[in-house]
Amino acid sequence: MSTNYIGKSVKRVEDKRFVTGKGNYTDDIVLPGMTHGMFVRSPYAHAKIKGIDTAAAQQMPGVVAIFTGADLAEVNGVPCGWQVNFKSGDTMKEPKHPLLAHGKALHVGDPVAFVIAETREQAKDAADAVEVDYEELPAVTNPAAGVQAGAPLVHDEAPGNVAFDWELGNPKAEVDAALAAAAHVTTLEFVNQRMAPNAIEPRSYIGAYDTTSDKYTLYTSTQNPHLIRLLMCAFVLGIPEHKVRVVGPDVGGGFGSKIFHYTEEALITWCAQKISRPVKWTSTRSEAFMLDAHGRDHVTKAQMGFDANGKITALKVHTYANMGAFLSTFAPAVPTYLHGTLLQGLYTTPKINVDVTAVFTHTNAVDAYRGAGRPEATYLLERLIDLSALEMGVDPVELRLKNLIPPFDGVTQPGYQTQVALQYDSGNYQGVIEKGLAMLGYADFRKAQKEAAESGKLLGVGFSTYIEACGIAPSAVVGSLGARAGLYEVGQVRVQPTGKVSVFTGAHSHGQGHETTFAQVVADKLGIPMEDVDIVHGDSDTVAFGMGTYGSRSLAVGGSAIIKSIDKIVEKGKKIAAHKLEAAPGDMEFANGKFTVKGTDKSLSFGDIALTAYVPHVYPADLEPGLDFSSFYDPTNFTYPFGCHIAVVEVEQETGKVALKRFIAVDDVGNVINPMIVDGQIHGGVAQGIGQALFEGVEYDENGQMTNASYMDYCMPRADDLPMFETGSQVTPCPHNPLGVKGAGEAGCIGSTPAVVNAVIDALWSGGHKVRDILMPLTPERVWTAMQ
Amino acid sequence: MIPTTFEYTKATTVADAIAALGNGDGKILAGGHSLVPALKLRLNQPERLVDISQIAELRAIREENGGLVIGAAATHNDIATNPLVRSKLPMFAESAGQIGDVQVRNRGTIGGSLAHADPAADWSAVVLAAGATIAVQGPKGARKIAASDFFTGIFMTALAEDEIITAIHVPVVAGARATYQKFAQPASRFALVGCAAQRTPDGQVHIAFTGLSDTPHRDHAAEAAVSGKPLDAAAIAAAAAAAGEGVSINVDHYASEKYRKHLAKVYLKRALEAIA
Ligand SMILES: Cc1cc2nc3c(=O)[nH]c(=O)nc-3n(C[C@H](O)[C@H](O)[C@H](O)COP(=O)(O)OP(=O)(O)OC[C@H]3O[C@@H](n4cnc5c(N)ncnc54)[C@H](O)[C@@H]3O)c2cc1C
Repeated sequence: MSTNYIGKSVKRVEDKRFVTGKGNYTDDIVLPGMTHGMFVRSPYAHAKIKGIDTAAAQQMPGVVAIFTGADLAEVNGVPCGWQVNFKSGDTMKEPKHPLLAHGKALHVGDPVAFVIAETREQAKDAADAVEVDYEELPAVTNPAAGVQAGAPLVHDEAPGNVAFDWELGNPKAEVDAALAAAAHVTTLEFVNQRMAPNAIEPRSYIGAYDTTSDKYTLYTSTQNPHLIRLLMCAFVLGIPEHKVRVVGPDVGGGFGSKIFHYTEEALITWCAQKISRPVKWTSTRSEAFMLDAHGRDHVTKAQMGFDANGKITALKVHTYANMGAFLSTFAPAVPTYLHGTLLQGLYTTPKINVDVTAVFTHTNAVDAYRGAGRPEATYLLERLIDLSALEMGVDPVELRLKNLIPPFDGVTQPGYQTQVALQYDSGNYQGVIEKGLAMLGYADFRKAQKEAAESGKLLGVGFSTYIEACGIAPSAVVGSLGARAGLYEVGQVRVQPTGKVSVFTGAHSHGQGHETTFAQVVADKLGIPMEDVDIVHGDSDTVAFGMGTYGSRSLAVGGSAIIKSIDKIVEKGKKIAAHKLEAAPGDMEFANGKFTVKGTDKSLSFGDIALTAYVPHVYPADLEPGLDFSSFYDPTNFTYPFGCHIAVVEVEQETGKVALKRFIAVDDVGNVINPMIVDGQIHGGVAQGIGQALFEGVEYDENGQMTNASYMDYCMPRADDLPMFETGSQVTPCPHNPLGVKGAGEAGCIGSTPAVVNAVIDALWSGGHKVRDILMPLTPERVWTAMQ
Repeated sequence: MIPTTFEYTKATTVADAIAALGNGDGKILAGGHSLVPALKLRLNQPERLVDISQIAELRAIREENGGLVIGAAATHNDIATNPLVRSKLPMFAESAGQIGDVQVRNRGTIGGSLAHADPAADWSAVVLAAGATIAVQGPKGARKIAASDFFTGIFMTALAEDEIITAIHVPVVAGARATYQKFAQPASRFALVGCAAQRTPDGQVHIAFTGLSDTPHRDHAAEAAVSGKPLDAAAIAAAAAAAGEGVSINVDHYASEKYRKHLAKVYLKRALEAIA
């Protein structure tokens, strides 16, 4: 097969509309008769709602309707999509998450009333006129504090605020024994701070209802329209699915936050039917900061034991994972199956035990955020191993190499079975480290560092390796782990009579460039120009089904489904061609867009066959007309991208300000369809991970108010904070999917954070400041204070 | 993120603007880069906005009596790029270039920044150290307020509700050296601490801080440590030791009292070293 497109940095097809302002986002859509909604939200983190007076607001100009929790008492709440059981076997605590708070508000921003008016401004004015009588109650925001005796309770049905507890790996007693016998144990207690996802497009929804057909439409800024339809229809509103169309138009970023089924989506759909008019709600930036599901927020204690030769003998981890006030769609999976299972990292650690306590607090929900669990696992491992190297006085790279899992291809050699349930597919971990070291010039750097230290300058280098589980996920596996849905993907390939191709995928791009990469794959596989391929996604009425885009799964799972359909097209095409060329189907081959009788020059083009399939005058008797196949692809394993990230920093002694001098990322994401897009994904991910290390973090005060819910205080990484990234790649194909791809969407965000923190600590040690750890984000003040 | 309803008037002369402003329920709109965010959050709910950004006389930058007069509606970018400013008051160009980003500098004005009196704004320290005077005009006529009398508290100034700032008068002293050094708050990039320092050939030194406390101010103790003396390491160290003492220091997300005071000393040192 020729590869005209695969492996080439084809420019992104979708960018024409994005850079010319022609994108079509939910908020751009205007439906006839559309109304606008605004929420009245709790200003308190925990309060009794003693009364809601809407009388004055009802009289305001333009008001169409006002709904409160009492109106929705009979409506279900939004469900959690993943069930994790207590160690005891009891099911997790899953209190109702109502569409509007009723009786009590459980976090700042909990919606108390929804005001619908002719214009957004009128809705806002009327919302301001709704009077709510609250009785403020004490709140708890920190998960470690939440489990203490006497802490304010979030839900009466969850004593001690525990949503569930969970354990994985080797028996705790064995791990304790190994730690007791270790020559050196490094212990670290730290917080992986809460992150606000900050998609550039705020969440936006339009609900519409057609009275004659009894059909609902929801336009939503989502990463997975079908999943929203499934959850909303089956669990919340009880509307049959064939009566609901969910459309995800262009979506401006998500980073995980647009996976989840939010209360506003279901409420707006419900309201559209109640008032028989379309309703739009678009989040304000303030609401986005406070209410888009946050990420991370782990309070962790971890211990790593070593023998006298520096081999890791044991790892023990306990994490309090903050769930917020309600369990968001995938929340229970994040600190457990996406975190605990990654604690093998790239190391041969023989004994691992991880124990997680998931805690309700009076805060916004926490769920998957780029990397989801894997960054937390990587941060923990890579901080521990670096700190261990410092404490033991050995080189951090040597310590990693000494403990590294040897290379295996997953084909002639088996996958690597971890202590924490996963089987890695294929890997050459040493390769990425060596490449990174060469790009860095490690020996030269250490010399420069020494010289800098002598002149009072603090230079530091930080390493991190990572592995992640992507391509989510084998349905049977995740089903046994508590997922309430399958995680296959759907790919339909419809060849039009003229040989042009429409591809319908259940994956849904929110910035990843599927319209380009998927078209590259299809064009090459069918031997046709890319312009002849159109990628359709994001509409439940046109795409048969789908599970959406997250967990770096789109190409590995969604792409594989498309390949399955292409295989069916080619097979049918061979039958049609064989008939026309009077040969046996088994004698046909397909390459470069041509069906050829093997060993002859007799051939028919792809276009000829497409036309014949739809104008079947000369056609096999036993074959249906048409050339259109749909396939479901359910992966057999996760995919496991890995890499090595290296940061070089300079710390200003006088102020503690960190300047990032270099950032090297060597990533192995399997086969690469479009290097430019992969590079872009890595760049964005790296910037985001650096953001966590140095700049970002949601802060709550003791009353549960988010104190930095604006860009004046919540610091996003900016271009001038970052050096030119140096990216390197290695390719270890995935052995178990047809494209050999592993996924690149989250890698940058997973590897970068600990590399930066390790570099800052290394810089401080170079100046004699033996600081073990600094709380993220490493603000100038925190770094300066650590040096005092 | 949605303002309340207001009327909008575009003034063409200062007199128009004063007339349209009325007493208390109107607000001047200049670059809008402080006011509009406040409107969107409904922190400010005026009945009327009077736009002064198109009044030509308010935008001019000219020489007068050996000093410079900077129109209140001159944008940060106008000032950063103005040849007169660059040659006669380089500190003004230097500091203007450190405000926000290009979009902010293209719209935000010096008058708006001073009137808004954000305790972390950059201009305040600069006009204080330069010994500038702020010209204002209202229904009762025009008056001049010394920069050192202008800032009265957090978001508070000596400006009456019915007055507008028309210009900033800045003396130009031959041979003076001045600089503005800022440690930017990582998120907003306003001054976590900003220090402006000016030394005239007679050895007098003005030192002003912004971001350090509720009110931008001159630091007279630090000035005394260096005024009339050679700007050597010992004098600079003495000024740094005095800096930030005896004022009530702001505490926020990015700086405790201790750290902010430390930064004041570091940035004062840097400023004095730059003009030594
Ligand atoms: C993203 C961003 C970054 C920024 N970064 C910085 C920074 O780093 N440093 C910094 O110092 N500032 C910064 N600013 C603020 C910026 O400098 C503003 O432009 C300035 O503070 C206000 O000027 P304006 O012309 O926009 O005033 P407006 O927003 O129009 O008005 C502000 C206030 O002043 C009043 N006002 C305006 N002009 C007059 C006048 N002539 N007479 C009387 N009252 C008047 C208005 O009524 C209003 O109350 C930033 C702003 C933004 C949006």
